[in-house]
Amino acid sequence: MNIIVCIKQVPDTTSVKLDPETRTLIREGVPSIINPFDMYAIEEGLRLKEKHGGAVTAITMGPPQADSALREAISLGVDEAVHLCDAAFKGSDTLATSYILAAGIRKLGAFDLILCGKQASDGDTAQVGPGIAMQLDLPQVVFVRKILELKDGRLTVERMMEEGYDVVELPLPALLTVTKEINEPRLPSLKGKMRAKKAALRTMSAAEIGADPARIGLEGSPTWVEKVFTPPHRGTGTVWKGEAEELVARLVAEIEKFKLG
Amino acid sequence: MAWLEVVEEKCVGCGACLTACPYEALAIKDTLAVVNDLCTLCGACVESCPYEALVLRKEGAAAAGGTLSDSRGVMVVAEQKRGVVQSVSFELLGVGRRLAEDTGAGLSAVLIGHDVVPQAKRLIAYGADRVFVFQSGALEQFNDEAYAKILARIIRAEKPEIVIAGATCIGRALIPRVAVELGTGLTADCTGLEIQEETRHLAQTRPAFGGNIMATILCTRHRPQMATVRHKVMRALVPDESRAGEVIEVPPAEGDLVTRARVLKSVEETAGTVNIAEADIIVSGGRGMRGSEHFSLIAELAKALGAAVGASRSAVDAGWVPYSYQVGQTGKTVQPKLYLACGISGAIQHLVGMQSSDIIIAINKDPDAPIFKVATYGIVGDLFEIIPRLTREIQRRRKVGS
Repeated sequence: MNIIVCIKQVPDTTSVKLDPETRTLIREGVPSIINPFDMYAIEEGLRLKEKHGGAVTAITMGPPQADSALREAISLGVDEAVHLCDAAFKGSDTLATSYILAAGIRKLGAFDLILCGKQASDGDTAQVGPGIAMQLDLPQVVFVRKILELKDGRLTVERMMEEGYDVVELPLPALLTVTKEINEPRLPSLKGKMRAKKAALRTMSAAEIGADPARIGLEGSPTWVEKVFTPPHRGTGTVWKGEAEELVARLVAEIEKFKLG
Repeated sequence: MAWLEVVEEKCVGCGACLTACPYEALAIKDTLAVVNDLCTLCGACVESCPYEALVLRKEGAAAAGGTLSDSRGVMVVAEQKRGVVQSVSFELLGVGRRLAEDTGAGLSAVLIGHDVVPQAKRLIAYGADRVFVFQSGALEQFNDEAYAKILARIIRAEKPEIVIAGATCIGRALIPRVAVELGTGLTADCTGLEIQEETRHLAQTRPAFGGNIMATILCTRHRPQMATVRHKVMRALVPDESRAGEVIEVPPAEGDLVTRARVLKSVEETAGTVNIAEADIIVSGGRGMRGSEHFSLIAELAKALGAAVGASRSAVDAGWVPYSYQVGQTGKTVQPKLYLACGISGAIQHLVGMQSSDIIIAINKDPDAPIFKVATYGIVGDLFEIIPRLTREIQRRRKVGS
């Protein structure tokens, strides 16, 4: 079974802090990590390989420093790592990014399954996974929380819905995006770390994946950022301190205004 | 061709952009900012510059042939489950109506399902002028491929200028496929949608970087301009049952119903509990609850108030409550009349999911907790003392009142 896992290197948004005075982002010293949701996709790929045989390939589009994300994927047990890296990719929106990743995946040859995290923690769009599926004309299931069965080239999975879940069946090749309910990602092994250090990454440029220059980068992106600003500040309200009893009385008075009684 | 321009007359070399850049792509040389190869054109520095010396430039390519001029109208992708239109659709019609009026065009809705014609009338009551209904037994449940094909087909035929859909489980699976099929832009999770006065483009504002910054996105050369909006972000209009509108039933193309994936069954898990996205009052607990055993305090207060229970990401990650309770960037967006945050510090990821609540009451022992910045009423104190008393008092008053 040939599995491809799409990953993205992101700034660790949980460690991004706001400067209390200027209310702008302090990005200094914010580490780069593999998008947390992609860790579940890597883990699920490794588990499928362990059960059904085959190979797992991690692929990313990103600047040169995204190499470290691929090496981390190798340390977890991924067999091959592919870096789509070209200055021409800069400024790609979700449409251009899904086009580039799809072109890169096509170049890798036959595959059975593509796994993605449900969304990236920096952009939070959840658009690239289904975008790749459409670019490659694949059936898809997004927000998968469990793979129930893989038999005779058909997958049965559970997808999360607002009020519960659906059980969906689909043939391979296919694309799934996974949620954090699906598994508990492993930690890298020492052997894996050693292998990651030495591993040769395969780097491919826009020309090497045969990307149409008009469909990549800012030029190939229908959407672009016009402006970026700090979220509007909700006016600071009243703060009460004091004895519990008094605080409760005030609280009840406020809540009573809703005529809840 | 696109690049980041440093306006030399304006740049003083203050270095504010250096800290704003997540990619170490800027340096100061001879009191001027210089951009290196690591720049990804993310635009984060543009906002940080106090002198407006950084500008993202994009060489304007010619507008795609004629598509800009012959696109007209606003289209809402309605969502149904088990044959019932979901309330997010009414919210989309609310914002859609305003955009239609601002562009001087009509508002249409697309409804895909099985036996859903009676539901189409509700979409008209909430603001649609025309409703395109696609019905078939094969469309009873959401199917990524079939729904995407049908939607792409009607968009091609109707040429709306703007398409908006819910950022729901279904919307997030469906709309990216349609955008790729149409080769147009799509902006996820918009919190603001406005027509720009001069250009007439749709300004789509959304949170980025975990809600730390807001970005306004434009799609200037392609139509339709597509956007998704989360449930409870926009407000629905008051329904008017006497509103006139047209229901247009379109038979789906046979080929559009042939799909590879199929739903074997659909299971509801949350039946019988209050759905937090719909609740008028939410009582939420965070890390300050210190353990799953203390979440009963939250549950009891919620019960006394007739409220839903919510939680911050830390409480969910710690395994105290299931993910379906999570409020925030990676959980649900809520907009209740009253939001009670107990032991929640107020990480930005949480705030973006609840800060449009009408009234926010925060209880936290740390007076510097960021939650107090958004709270209408902040209570600095020990929640283990306050919550049980509050619950008892509410219960007592309820008894007296009844």
